[in-house]
Amino acid sequence: MIKAILMFNNHGKPRLSKFYEHYTKDTEQQIIRETFHLVSKRDENVCNFLEGGMLIGGSDYKLIYRHYATLYFVFCVDSSESELGILDLIQVFVETLDKCFENVCELDLIFHVDKVHNILAEMVMGGMVLETNMNEIITQVDAQNKMEKSEAGIAGAPARAVSAVKNMKLPEMPRNINIGDINIKVPNLPSFK
Amino acid sequence: MALKIVKGSIDRMFDKNLQDLVRGIRNHKDDEAKYISTCIDEIKQELKQDNIAVKANAVCKLTYLQMLGYDVSWAAFNIVEVMSSSKFTYKRIGYLAASQCFHESTDVIMLTTNQIRKDLSSPNQYDTGVALTGLSCFVTPDLARDLANDIMTLMSHTKPYIRKKAVLIMYKVFLKYPESLRPAFPRLKEKLEDPDPGVQSAAVNVICELARRNPKNYLSLAPLFFKLMTSSTNNWVLIKIIKLFGALTPLEPRLGKKLIEPLTNLIHSTSAMSLLYECVNTVIAVLISLSSGMPNHSASIQLCVQKLRILIEDSDQNLKYLGLLAMSKILKTHPKSVQSHKDLILQCLDDKDESIRLRALDLLYGMVSKKNLMEIVKKLMLHVDKAEGTTYRDELLTKIIDICSQSNYQYITNFEWYISILVELTRLEGTRHGHLIASQMLDVAIRVKAIRVFAVAQMATLLDNAHLLTGNMQRNGICEVLYAAAWICGEFSEHLENPMQTLEAMLRPKVATLPGHIQAVYVQNAAKLFATVLKSQEGNTDGTVTQDTSQLMIERLPVFVQSANLEVQERASCILQLVKYIQKLQQKDVEVAEEVSALFAGELNPVAPKAQKKVPVPEGLDLDTWINEPPSESESEDEQPKAIFTKEEPKHSRARHTEVDEKELARRREARKQEQANNPFYIKSSPSSQKVYQETPGVDHIPVIQIDLTVPLKVPGLPMSDQYVKLEEERRQKERAEKKKKDKKKRKEKRSGRGKKHDSGPESEEDITPAHMVDIVTEEMPENALPSDDDEKDPNDPHKALDIDLDNLEMSGHRPLADSEKIPVRSHRAAEAAKSPVEDRDADGIATQLPKKKHGKEKREEKKKKDKDRERKKSKDEKKKKKHKSEEKDGDLLGAEVDEPVVQSEEPSQASEPPTSNSAEVSDLDFWLSNAPVPSNIQEVPKVAAAEAASAAEVISGGAQDSEPDEPKDAEMEATKPSKHKKKKQKKEKEDKEKKKKKHHHYHHHSDGVGEESVQNGTVEEEEEPLPSMSNYCLLAENSYIKMVYDIQGNLQDGSQVVVSVIFENKCDSFLKSMEFNVLDSLNSKLQRPEGSGPHDSLAVPFQLPPGVSNEARYVFTVQSIVMPQKLKGTLTFIVKTEESSTHEKLDFKLHFTCTSYLITTPCYSDAFAKLLESADLKSSSVRLEGVNMPFHHLLARICFHHHFSVVERIDSCASMYSRSIQGHHVCLLVKTSGQTVSIDAKCDEPMLLGNVLDEIKQTFSQC
Repeated sequence: MIKAILMFNNHGKPRLSKFYEHYTKDTEQQIIRETFHLVSKRDENVCNFLEGGMLIGGSDYKLIYRHYATLYFVFCVDSSESELGILDLIQVFVETLDKCFENVCELDLIFHVDKVHNILAEMVMGGMVLETNMNEIITQVDAQNKMEKSEAGIAGAPARAVSAVKNMKLPEMPRNINIGDINIKVPNLPSFK
Repeated sequence: MALKIVKGSIDRMFDKNLQDLVRGIRNHKDDEAKYISTCIDEIKQELKQDNIAVKANAVCKLTYLQMLGYDVSWAAFNIVEVMSSSKFTYKRIGYLAASQCFHESTDVIMLTTNQIRKDLSSPNQYDTGVALTGLSCFVTPDLARDLANDIMTLMSHTKPYIRKKAVLIMYKVFLKYPESLRPAFPRLKEKLEDPDPGVQSAAVNVICELARRNPKNYLSLAPLFFKLMTSSTNNWVLIKIIKLFGALTPLEPRLGKKLIEPLTNLIHSTSAMSLLYECVNTVIAVLISLSSGMPNHSASIQLCVQKLRILIEDSDQNLKYLGLLAMSKILKTHPKSVQSHKDLILQCLDDKDESIRLRALDLLYGMVSKKNLMEIVKKLMLHVDKAEGTTYRDELLTKIIDICSQSNYQYITNFEWYISILVELTRLEGTRHGHLIASQMLDVAIRVKAIRVFAVAQMATLLDNAHLLTGNMQRNGICEVLYAAAWICGEFSEHLENPMQTLEAMLRPKVATLPGHIQAVYVQNAAKLFATVLKSQEGNTDGTVTQDTSQLMIERLPVFVQSANLEVQERASCILQLVKYIQKLQQKDVEVAEEVSALFAGELNPVAPKAQKKVPVPEGLDLDTWINEPPSESESEDEQPKAIFTKEEPKHSRARHTEVDEKELARRREARKQEQANNPFYIKSSPSSQKVYQETPGVDHIPVIQIDLTVPLKVPGLPMSDQYVKLEEERRQKERAEKKKKDKKKRKEKRSGRGKKHDSGPESEEDITPAHMVDIVTEEMPENALPSDDDEKDPNDPHKALDIDLDNLEMSGHRPLADSEKIPVRSHRAAEAAKSPVEDRDADGIATQLPKKKHGKEKREEKKKKDKDRERKKSKDEKKKKKHKSEEKDGDLLGAEVDEPVVQSEEPSQASEPPTSNSAEVSDLDFWLSNAPVPSNIQEVPKVAAAEAASAAEVISGGAQDSEPDEPKDAEMEATKPSKHKKKKQKKEKEDKEKKKKKHHHYHHHSDGVGEESVQNGTVEEEEEPLPSMSNYCLLAENSYIKMVYDIQGNLQDGSQVVVSVIFENKCDSFLKSMEFNVLDSLNSKLQRPEGSGPHDSLAVPFQLPPGVSNEARYVFTVQSIVMPQKLKGTLTFIVKTEESSTHEKLDFKLHFTCTSYLITTPCYSDAFAKLLESADLKSSSVRLEGVNMPFHHLLARICFHHHFSVVERIDSCASMYSRSIQGHHVCLLVKTSGQTVSIDAKCDEPMLLGNVLDEIKQTFSQC
C-alpha cells in the first residue's frame, strides 16, 4: 500500500500532496515538512530509499523518492510494495506528466494541480497501484479531458478567452521564468516493463 | 431574472480561477496569509451563489488551499453539492475535493450515499470512475456497507476500466466492512483470470494485500497463483505474486519446494532488476521456511548470496541498499554464508549514504562473534565520533548496545570493556537513548557480580563529573545515565573507594536541576551511602567522620525537601528526619551503624520483564467470580434512605469484629502463614532469596582475577575503551601461549571452573575465555511460568477483522453464505432473498457442488465405513487397502474416534460446515503440493478425485450388501456421487440411447435434439461437423440395486413450478417394487403431493421394475425464489424381491436445482433482442472461459442444450443467445470466442440469477 504521495520543490513548497490515510491537516503539513527535511539533505547520488520518518509510517514504511530538476517526488509505502517497482512508478508518473503537459516544468504543476491529481488518480487509487501502462493512463486522461471540453462547449469559450487574456497580461507566464525543465530521461533502472 | 443570469455568467468570467489564485499567492510572497484570507472570503461569497460553475470554481480553489494547510472543512457541504452536479467537469472537481478533505468523521459523508450510488451506476464510465476514485479515499464503514453490493456488481462491468477500479476499491470496502469479504470473494477470485491485464493486476493486488495480513486463509489459492506466476508476463503482477508467495511459504514448506525451481529460473532469465530482487527475496523466504527440514539447498543459498553480492557491489546505490536489505534476511538462518562477505559489509559502513550504512549496521548485528566483537564495536565507535546527524548516531548507539547485549551478553568476554564503552557513549550529545545506556549499566552491574567493583568506580567518576553531562540543557536525554550511576553507587556502595566523596557529589546543589525521578534516586541513594559511611567508621572511636557526614546530609537535604517533585520531597524529608535523629544518637555516642545499614540490607534480584504476566493462575482460582457478593441494584442507589445506612451498617460490622478474639486471630495468622508457605507465588521474606543465591555459585566461590590496573582510572570525556582492545589482544595472546602449555590435560578443569552462562553458550570458533570469571545472574521467572506468545496482534488492527476463512466458501460456489452474511441490497428484492429458507441452505451446506472436490466429511465417512467393513469382511478389505494406500495410515487412527465427528456433522448446521470443507480444500492443496510435475496436476485433480469417489461408492455398495438399512450416514454418502458422474458419463450415454423409446417431450439427449434447438433461428449451419451426443440427465443416486438419473425442466405454464423427471433403472437381478419417493421440503421448494397427504408423506413410484428395466417418473415441485440454486435431500425406499426372500432397502439422494433448470428455451428474434438490450434495467455481468477446446457451434449447442438457451444471431465467432426464466426474467448472452478463450457477456434483470447461471455455464465447460 502507498500511504502518501508528496511532491515539493527544492525549497519544500508543497506542489502536490495526496494522503491515502487520514491525518489532521496539521499533521499533514508536519509530514510534508519532515519529509522535505529528510529528503532534501541527501546527496544527489545516494540511494532513493529512506527510512526513519517519524510521523508517517513506522518501521514497516519507507520513503521512496526521486529528484527531478526542481522537484522531489516522494512515495511513502509499506513493505508490500516493491521498492524498485515504485521507483519505476515514479518514473512513469513523471513521464506521463511530461506527455500530458508537453515538456513539463514546475510551473505547469503549480498552476494545474487539479490536472496532476487527475492524472495521478488514473495511476494510483486509494493507495493501490491501478495502472502502470503509460499509454493506457494517457488514453484515459485524454478521454476525460475531451469530455470536459465538450461539456464546456460554447459556454466555455468566453471564459477561456478571458483566461487567455489574463495570462497574456502577466509577466510571469510559465517558462518566462526558467525554473527549470523536468527533462527526465533518467538512465538508471534497466527495463522494468 | 434573465439579466441576473447574464450578469452571473459575466461575473464568472472575471472570477478568480485556480490559476489566478496561484498567481496571486505568488505575487504576495510577503503577506501570503493575508492575501489567502481575503481569497477565502471571496470563496465564501462564491459558494453562496446558485451557479454551480461558480461553486465548482470555488471548490477547486479550496482544494489547492487545503494542500497548503488551510482548513476547508467548513465547505464540506458545498463539496457535496458540486459532487452531485450532472456535469462531469464539476463532478470531478467535487470528488477530488472530497477525496482530499473528507474523512471518517466528516458528517456530511452520510448525505453522499445516494449520489455515489447514482454515479456508480451512471452510463458514463468516467462518472463511475471518478466516483470510485473518490470513494477509495473517503470510504466509511457506513458507505462500505451501503455500497458494497453496487461495487460488487461493477466488478463484472463490461468496461475493464470500471472493472479494475471496482476490484481495487473492494479492498477498501473489506477494510471498512469486513462482512463483505466472504460474499465478494468468489467474484474477486474470478477476476484473477480476467481477460484484461489491468483487472487481473488489480485483483492480484487486492488479494496480495489481504493475504499479507492473514496468509493462512489464502493458502488454498496457491495453485492458482502458481499458474499465474508461470503464465504471466506482467512484471507488476509477477512481483506481487512472488511477494505473496514469500508470505505463504512459512505456512507451507512444501509450497517452497515447489517454488524453488521456477523462481530460480526467473532469477536466471529476467532482465528486470525489480523482479530479480523479489525472486531472490522469496527464495530466501523459502529457504528460511525449509531451513529446518531440508539442509540441502546450499546451491540456492549460494545463488542468492551471489546475486546479492552483485547487487551490493553495483554502483547503483538503490541496488546496493536492497542487496543489503535482503542479505539481512539470509543472515537469520544462514549466518555462515553471509559472514564470508564481512569485508563487503564493513566497507558499506563507510558509505556516504546513510540508508546504506543503516542496513550494513543491521547486518553487523548477526556477524559478531566473541572474537571480533571488540573490533567491530571499535569501528562503530569511530563512526559514532564521525556521525553528524543525530538520527544516524542514535541508530549507531542502539546498534552497539544491541550487538553487545544480544543473547544475554553471549559475545562479551570482557565486561570492563563493555562498561567503559557505555561510559564513553554517555559523551554523546543530544542522544535520545540515555535511558538505554542507563538500563544497560544497571543490568550489567546487577547481573554480573564480578564487575561491580569496577562498575561502581566508573559510576562514581561519572557522578563526580555530572556537570559534564548536565552542563548543557540540550543533553537532556543523557542525564538518565545519572539515574543508573546514582543507583549503582548507592546499592553497591560497599565497593566504593571513597564513599564520602561520592556522597558529596550526590548532594551538590546542582543536582536539584535534574529531572525529578533522578533526584529521587539521588536522595534515596545518598541515604544508602550514608549508611555505608557510618558502617565503615564503626570501629573508629574518633567520631568526626560520621559527625561530618551527618552534618553534610543535614545541610544539603533541605534543598530537596523543597523540591516541587512529590517523590523527591517525600523521600528527602523522611531521610532528613532520620539523619537528624541519628545525629542526636551519635552525639550520645550510641552505635547506630548496624541499625542504619539494616535499612538497606538484602539484595535485589533481577526479574524478567514479563515475569508478572507469566504467573499462571492457580488452580481453583477464578478471577471472574465476585469476591464479595455484588451489590444488588436496589440497595445501592438513592432509594435507600441514608438513615438506614448510618444506623445499621456500622453496628453490624462492629459486632462482627468484636467477636474475633485473640485466640481466633492467632489461629488465623497461623493458617495464613501455612498457606503462604505452601503458596509458591507468595513472595517470601529472606530465606527464599538466599536460597537462590546458594544455588547459583556465589561471588565468593568464583575465582576473581585481579583487575589489571594498568588502565588508569578514567575521566569521562577521554576514550579509554580502545585500550581494552589492545589489552584484550595481549591477554588473549598470553592466554593462548599459556594454554598451549597446559592444554593437553587441563582443558576440562578449566571449563568447569568457568561461569555458568558462558559454559552454556556455544563454544565459539576459538575458545576465548572471558577476562573475568563472570557470573551472569539469570532473570527470575515465576515458577511454572506459562509459555505464551508475546507478540499478540494489535487489537485495533483493521486487518484482524479480515481474518476470515474463505476456503469453505469456494467449496460450494457462493452458496453457504448465511443470510446475515449477505451484502445488504437496497431494493425490494432484499425481502425476497430474506425468505430463502433455512433448511435449504443447510442442505446446500452439506452437499458439494463441485464434484471434483471431495468433502472431508465424506472422507471420514469412507474411513469409518472401511473400518466397519474390515471387521466384517476381511477378504474384501485387502482389495480396498490397495486403493486407499495413502489414506490407510490415518484411517486406523481415525477409525476409533470417528464416530463422534460424524454424528456432529449430521446435524445440518452452518457451523459444522467450515472445518469439514476446509479439510477438503486443504486436501486438494495437499494434492497439488505433493504432485511434482507442475502443468499436468491441474487436470489430474478431477481424475483422482473421481477415482477416489468411485472407490468410495464401492465401499458404499459393500455396506449396502451387508444390509444395514438404518445406517444414518447414508445421506452423506450421496454427496460423493456427483463426482462419479463424469466417469460414468459414457456408460450413461449408452443407456440413454436405449431409453429413447420412453423419451419425453423435454428430454433431449443426443444430437438430434440439439440440432432442433440450435437451428431455431436458422443461424447455425447444419453442415458443420456433427455434435457429440449430450445428455442433461445427471446421476441422482445409485447403489447396487438401483440407479437414478434426473433432469429438471421449468414449467412454461406456471411460473412457480418445475418438473423433475427421474429415470429409475434396476441394476440387479431381483424384482424391485413398492418404490416410494420422498423429498424433504424446504421453505423455498416443495414437492407437490396429492391433496390430502401430509407434507412429509412419500409418493409411490407408479411402476415396478423387473431386472434390467428402467422407467421414468415425473415429480412437480413448486419453487418461490429462483435466483439461487439449491439442493433438496430425499430418500427412495423400495423392496428387493428375490426368489427366496425380500428385503427393504433405502437410497438417499440430493436433488440439485440449478438456476439453469429454471430457464426455459424461448426463441427470440434479433430485433426484439436488440430492443430488450436497450432497455436500461438489465444488469450486466461477464465471464471468461479458458482453454475451451471445441468448435464454436459445439459450444453454442452445449449452452443451448445444457442451459436452455436459444441462439438469436450468430456472426462468425460471435453469437447472441437468449433465454427466459419461468418467472419471466430475461437472460441475454453475447458469446465470443478467440482461440481457446470464450468470453460471455451477459445481461439479465436479476443479477443474482445471472451470476449463478454464468457460474453454471462456466462449470459445464470446466468439466469438458
